[in-house]
Amino acid sequence: MSARNQKASNEQGSGDASSKSNPEALESSIVETVADPKRRRLLVRSAAAVGGLGGAALVLPMLGSMSPSARAKAAGAPVEADISKLTPGQMITVEWRGKPVWIVNRTEETLGRLATETAKLSDPDSLEEQQPTYTQNPVRSIKPEYLVVVGLCTHLGCSPTYRPEIAPPDLGDQWDGGFFCPCHGSKFDMAGRVYSGVPAPTNLEIPPYRYIDDATIIVGEDSGVAA
Amino acid sequence: MSAKPDNSGNGLMGWIDERFPLTKMLDEHITKYYAPKNFNFWYYFGGLAILVLIIQIVTGIFLTMNYKPDGNLAFTSVEYIMRDVNFGWLIRYMHSTGASMFFVVVYLHMFRALMYGSYKKPRELLWIFGMLIYVVLMAEAFMGYLLPWGQMSYWGAQVIISLFGAIPFGIGDALTLWLKGDYIVSDATLNRFFALHVIAVPLVLLFLVVAHILALHEVGSNNPDGIEIKKNKNADGIPKDGIPFHPYYTVKDLMGAVVFLIIFFAIVFFAPEMGGYFLEHANFIPADPLKTPDHIAPVWYFTPFYAILRAVPDKLGGVMAMGGAIVVLFFLPWIDRNPVRSIRYRSLAYKVLLFSFVVAFIILGYLGMQVPTPVGTIVARICSLIYFGFFVGLYFVSKTESTKPLPERVTH
Repeated sequence: MSARNQKASNEQGSGDASSKSNPEALESSIVETVADPKRRRLLVRSAAAVGGLGGAALVLPMLGSMSPSARAKAAGAPVEADISKLTPGQMITVEWRGKPVWIVNRTEETLGRLATETAKLSDPDSLEEQQPTYTQNPVRSIKPEYLVVVGLCTHLGCSPTYRPEIAPPDLGDQWDGGFFCPCHGSKFDMAGRVYSGVPAPTNLEIPPYRYIDDATIIVGEDSGVAA
Repeated sequence: MSAKPDNSGNGLMGWIDERFPLTKMLDEHITKYYAPKNFNFWYYFGGLAILVLIIQIVTGIFLTMNYKPDGNLAFTSVEYIMRDVNFGWLIRYMHSTGASMFFVVVYLHMFRALMYGSYKKPRELLWIFGMLIYVVLMAEAFMGYLLPWGQMSYWGAQVIISLFGAIPFGIGDALTLWLKGDYIVSDATLNRFFALHVIAVPLVLLFLVVAHILALHEVGSNNPDGIEIKKNKNADGIPKDGIPFHPYYTVKDLMGAVVFLIIFFAIVFFAPEMGGYFLEHANFIPADPLKTPDHIAPVWYFTPFYAILRAVPDKLGGVMAMGGAIVVLFFLPWIDRNPVRSIRYRSLAYKVLLFSFVVAFIILGYLGMQVPTPVGTIVARICSLIYFGFFVGLYFVSKTESTKPLPERVTH
């Protein structure tokens, strides 16, 4: 086989330049010079196919190695947060799976506005699946006053800033308090619901969580809690 | 193999030439590569891009000797390079300044191609290789910017990777997870960006640069008049308006390189941060996954596209507009349907289009660095329309515009 190939490629080398750049012409010039062109063509093509498959198979482990490792997957343990010292209007941040999770103690007035100021929101009823079913309510929480939400903008993942004040000069008089993303100007209300006409497509994500007791929330686990 | 040079068997060169086509290559690409004799200022930037590439590769090699691609060590290892490694500050500032200067020369190089129609037949593939270099260079710069592991590195990477999350049908989320190798930008992300930044992407870049130069030398350089010098050849088959690249343009480029290096080192020594434009202030704070800086913006060379992204009030739409702003450039050889290449012989309509395109690009670049404001957003929307309008306008104008008569030979 090698001697024949040698002969074929020699002829190819001294042959016309136009066929050099054309793989089909190259293949047919190899094939034409042998005794049984049909058989040779089959051999050439099956060798290319098997080799190609082997190459493709090798890509899989390479690309697969870039997915989260077993250690990264195991690192997502639930975290506990003590909310006993959280006064109304205050917010704390806990780290869960490396992400910031905010816990906000909302005031009565805030909760009142959540029910009425829904015209400027794009998904006021939280129809988009961005929360566990047990928080799919107007205040997006288990207990109305405590909001637990992943503090990453659903646009491009910046962490918005907590702006509870009403109508500050930089955010305009339409601002009822909420979360403002400094990166691209997305706005969310005090239940993490997104305003319409901003780049963020969905409400902020509510993580799975439950109350261990009145003063402690565990983020990242909700088993055993009825919705 | 078949075309051996005549001077074989002549000393060391002959010995080499019988085994390796050294003389042939030097002839083809340097001593007997005939470039038009009317190159002007705008023709410095291709050579300068190669110079910056070499600076980046050399300084990069020495940086890797002290840098640690580890979430806990990266930030301090960069501080260590800056403070304790002998000449570490110089090597790092050369590398960071080189990154910005790379884009300065590449943008000017691309503007040259726009002005003189260097993307037109038969140079379409040359242009496409160049565009690929530009895209790969952006990837290289982006990954390199994560490595200092400062606040801007971290949140910039978070935002850019999240761009892929806009792809619908569940592909986007899976893709971002795969790119990050973790649920957030983390040590795994840093480590792979390091691998890609120092090995994978530079290899692709070098391959593309070689392809770009080979394509250039195959079709020959364009010139400020945009006419084909190969049409007018003397008895020896050498273009009458061509001069050998060496010594004529090697000497000219050397002069350009000296001026460039004066500017380059003035920046390295006196303004390496360039007031926060080359090295952003927020990047002197270690990465904090829980807190986004109040104002995040990419480095200046990405800001025009970033402003387009922000101008669209829709996630997928914004990402598509931003990607489209780059992709549309690949099609320029077919969008511009006028056979006249150089701006010197084109219509006023074309000049107005090109001028407004450049102005819009610069304004977008400025807006991309600023905090989003309602007025800024409106201006960014107008400029985005002008940006895309350039291509639409060009498609129609180029077909019907009245051009000036082309000269027979190049002018100065």
